[in-house]
Amino acid sequence: MGEWWTTEASMENCEISSISHVTMSPSRQNNFVSSYLFPLAKSSYSVISAFCTEDNVLQCISYINQELASLGLCSTYIEATSPEGTGLNAVPALNAIYELLQIHRRTMSTVEALEKEQLKKSSTMELMQTSNTRLKDQLELSIREKSGLHEMERQLQLKIKTLQSCLKTEKDEVQKLQSIIASRASQYSHDAKRKEREAAKLKERLSQLLVDRKDKKLAIDVLNCLGRSDGKRGHWKTAKATASHEGEMYKSLLSDYEASQKSLMLENAELKKVLQQMKKEMIHILSPCSSSGRGATADDSQEQHHDSDGEEKMGDTSRETLDQSCEHAREQLTNSIRQQWRKLRNHVEKLDSQVSQVQNQLESNKEMIPLETHEDEMERMRCEVQQCKEFIHAQQQLLQQQLNTSFDDETAALLNDCYTLEEKERLKEEWKLFEEQKRNFERERKNFTEAAIRLGREKKAFEEDRASWLKNQFLNMTPFTDRRRCSSSDGHSALSVRSEPEIRMSSVKAQLAKSSTYTTFSTPRSSQSGAVPSTPELYRTLRLIPESSSSRHSNRGLWQECSTIEDGDNQQPPETCFPPPSVLFQSQKRHKNVGFIQPGDHEKGGTAASFRGEHKPS
Amino acid sequence: MNFSEVFKQSNQLCKVSPDGKYLATCVQYRLVVRDVSTLQIMHLYTCLDQISHMEWSSDSLFILCAMYKRGLVQVWSLEQPDWHCKIDEGSIGLVSSRWSPDGRHILNTTEFHLRITVWSLCTKAVSYIKYPKACQKGIDFSRDGSYMALAERRDCKDFVSIFVCDDWHLLRHFETETQDLAGLEWSPNGCVLAVWDSCLEYKVLLYSLDGRLLSTYSAYEWSLGVKSVSWSPSSQFLAIGSYDEKVRIINHITWKKIAQFEHPATVESTKTVYKEVERRPAVGTDEMSLHNITTGSTLFNTQSKYEICSLPVQIPVVKPDPDRANPKIGVSVLAFSSDNHYLATKNDNMASAVWVWNMQKMSLEAVLEQTSAVRCFQWDPRHPRLALCTGNTKLYLWSPGGCVAVQVPTEGNFLGPKLNYIVLRYRKGAELQ
Repeated sequence: MGEWWTTEASMENCEISSISHVTMSPSRQNNFVSSYLFPLAKSSYSVISAFCTEDNVLQCISYINQELASLGLCSTYIEATSPEGTGLNAVPALNAIYELLQIHRRTMSTVEALEKEQLKKSSTMELMQTSNTRLKDQLELSIREKSGLHEMERQLQLKIKTLQSCLKTEKDEVQKLQSIIASRASQYSHDAKRKEREAAKLKERLSQLLVDRKDKKLAIDVLNCLGRSDGKRGHWKTAKATASHEGEMYKSLLSDYEASQKSLMLENAELKKVLQQMKKEMIHILSPCSSSGRGATADDSQEQHHDSDGEEKMGDTSRETLDQSCEHAREQLTNSIRQQWRKLRNHVEKLDSQVSQVQNQLESNKEMIPLETHEDEMERMRCEVQQCKEFIHAQQQLLQQQLNTSFDDETAALLNDCYTLEEKERLKEEWKLFEEQKRNFERERKNFTEAAIRLGREKKAFEEDRASWLKNQFLNMTPFTDRRRCSSSDGHSALSVRSEPEIRMSSVKAQLAKSSTYTTFSTPRSSQSGAVPSTPELYRTLRLIPESSSSRHSNRGLWQECSTIEDGDNQQPPETCFPPPSVLFQSQKRHKNVGFIQPGDHEKGGTAASFRGEHKPS
Repeated sequence: MNFSEVFKQSNQLCKVSPDGKYLATCVQYRLVVRDVSTLQIMHLYTCLDQISHMEWSSDSLFILCAMYKRGLVQVWSLEQPDWHCKIDEGSIGLVSSRWSPDGRHILNTTEFHLRITVWSLCTKAVSYIKYPKACQKGIDFSRDGSYMALAERRDCKDFVSIFVCDDWHLLRHFETETQDLAGLEWSPNGCVLAVWDSCLEYKVLLYSLDGRLLSTYSAYEWSLGVKSVSWSPSSQFLAIGSYDEKVRIINHITWKKIAQFEHPATVESTKTVYKEVERRPAVGTDEMSLHNITTGSTLFNTQSKYEICSLPVQIPVVKPDPDRANPKIGVSVLAFSSDNHYLATKNDNMASAVWVWNMQKMSLEAVLEQTSAVRCFQWDPRHPRLALCTGNTKLYLWSPGGCVAVQVPTEGNFLGPKLNYIVLRYRKGAELQ
């Protein structure tokens, strides 16, 4: 801290003092320091001026007590053992001392903590101060920089001002110079003109003088005059001659213009030819591209179609008008050319883009199929295709042959027809099903007949029983009661078979086969009716009707019909409800007949078409 | 290629007759006419003074010899060697003398361009044309020789007069929209007259034969403008070379620019660049004879050959002095080949290069890079073949097939180093003097 003060005192005296004051200011610390350190210091100062002497023990005690009370240790009250105060009541004193020691220790620890804190704080303060100074330095630096910049700006401003003034003066100078130049130029031209005039005057004068002097020397001395180069004689200068000169001039001019016009015409014609050819080629190029482009989108193709139509029309018209006067055709021509050119350009651009795409693809693939392998592959595939074709052809021939040998042409054609084949397949399936059902029915019929035979037999037995019973009854009514009783016991025994079958079985083993069936269906209705049971009842009881019959009813109309017929009371044999196989075959055949007329027609149509096709080109 | 012996000449006056049969050379005050096929002297004429200008008449029958210092013109006839004609311009002086296209009139321009005197050899008649303008090309005859266009200056304004050469009748006289007319040139078909302004302003005007203004062309403003103008033989194109080192080609229908040929320092796109490479012949010890040293033929003469350079090629550029008048920059020479297929140009700040342009593809066909500055070049009148010279003893030929350098044999150092200028004249594309 002292170092700080010495180094920084000059600069920030007041600030640091204030800070130190702030750090030192807490009153608690001050209190502790004052209240704790003073006695120690005092005790160490001098033994003579000690606090307690033998004389003032009591006062001391009272004082200490007071002090203790002020410290909040009221519980321990030090007392003197004797009024003189020589002795001290040990327990409270010790307690007080202990308490004091405790307090002392506590305070010491707090002091330590506080000191640590103080240290920390001081270090942070130091840090802050260093950062503060650094920031101050920076601030100063930036201030200096700013001032420097300000200065520079000022200088630049000054420079600008001077430059502006310079510019102004220069401009002025330029203007001045320009005016000087202009004046000089005018002066020069004026002088030149003057001089020229003078020279002209002098020349005039000179020539005048020369003429006046009648210069003898000025002469031509020719041995003899020459003829004109063209052999003609000289002409007099007359108006006619002048006119003829004019005429000559205009003639030459005219001939020149004519020549130039002719050359231009020739050039024009050639250009026209080229143009026409170009146009033709353009149309030629553009028309297939437009047709190929039709595939892209409907609207587009339509548009294109329209365009190409218009174009062709335009081309035609322009071609027509080309031979006419150029004036009228020019606009049309240029328009059409422009249109076509645009189209061509678009086409070329498209091609370009395609090419670039393809190139990109090729570049990305980096796999170029060599031409040879490609061609080899092509060749191979072609061979394959050829082979396949041959194979197909051979097959067709074979088929044809087979059909020709087995059937007539119509059936052969029918066999070729896929639809009838399918039909046949289906019919075959049905036939199979039908066979199965037929077998089922056969079995059922057998069962039924067996059951009927059994029933007949049982009925016969029953009849016999009844006859015997009636005979017995009759006999009972007669005086031959013993016999009747005997017979009734028989009947009873016969009727009670149901309740005691085991006895019945054990007793009457011989009748076993018959009685089991007999009991099952005769007993419930024996009381109701003695009539013959209906067929469905019979079926039901015999469980001869298959459970899936209901589903079959829905599937097959034919079968349903049969079943409905069956459901009826009249018992028809199952054969009647199905068409006999021979009939079925006939119908099939008929169907076939119906079917193969069509292919024949078709074939005829095909040949006709081909015939027509042959004729079409001619 | 065959070479004759060296003929003496003075003032570089050496001309082949228009029909290609004769060769006229001037030596001091003598005029020597030779038969081209035999090279035998046919006629020898003696003039009154040293000849400063010599010209064949269009029918190859007469030769005009002008002695500007004395203001005299003498005419000689090939058919009649004793026929003579002398024209004295007197004290007024003479600066230029030329034949009219019909070969029967002589046009003399007096000093200070006071007037043009037209002398008729048929009638001895004399007529004056006043106010001719002293400029780059102030007078031009149409190709068929029927019209003459003359630039005039009156009242500080430019005028063009068109005369009928037949009888010197003034056909048209009109003022041109120029500040300071610099030149005029007929189109080869004789129907359009191109007129261009002085280099201070880029302006080319095209007039019809009857004086109507057909079109005006100006490529840019505020800079030095037209430097050279040339019609293509078919009259289809007008090539304009300008100070911005470009050649602009104008078409004859719309009179608009259809192509622009630039002359970049780095040639990047052309078919071939021929570079001349000089090589001193290896002198063997046995050849180091006294004779060789004295004649100096092998020492002074180096052999040249062309090498084809790979593109791009850097062409040497000389920066012109901006403070001097008529800066050496821009396209100064333009020449179309006779078949219209090629155009040869020369850019003044790349004096060692000749550029040949293909007019069908409108592209640069070839560049010929010489070791020294190109003095002049000329097309073969029959074939697409270009001959050029650079002021040494070699002649260079370019054709679409290739390029060749030919050493002109000279006798010792009599002419070799001094031969700065070879007058290029083809005799029907076969021989060359």
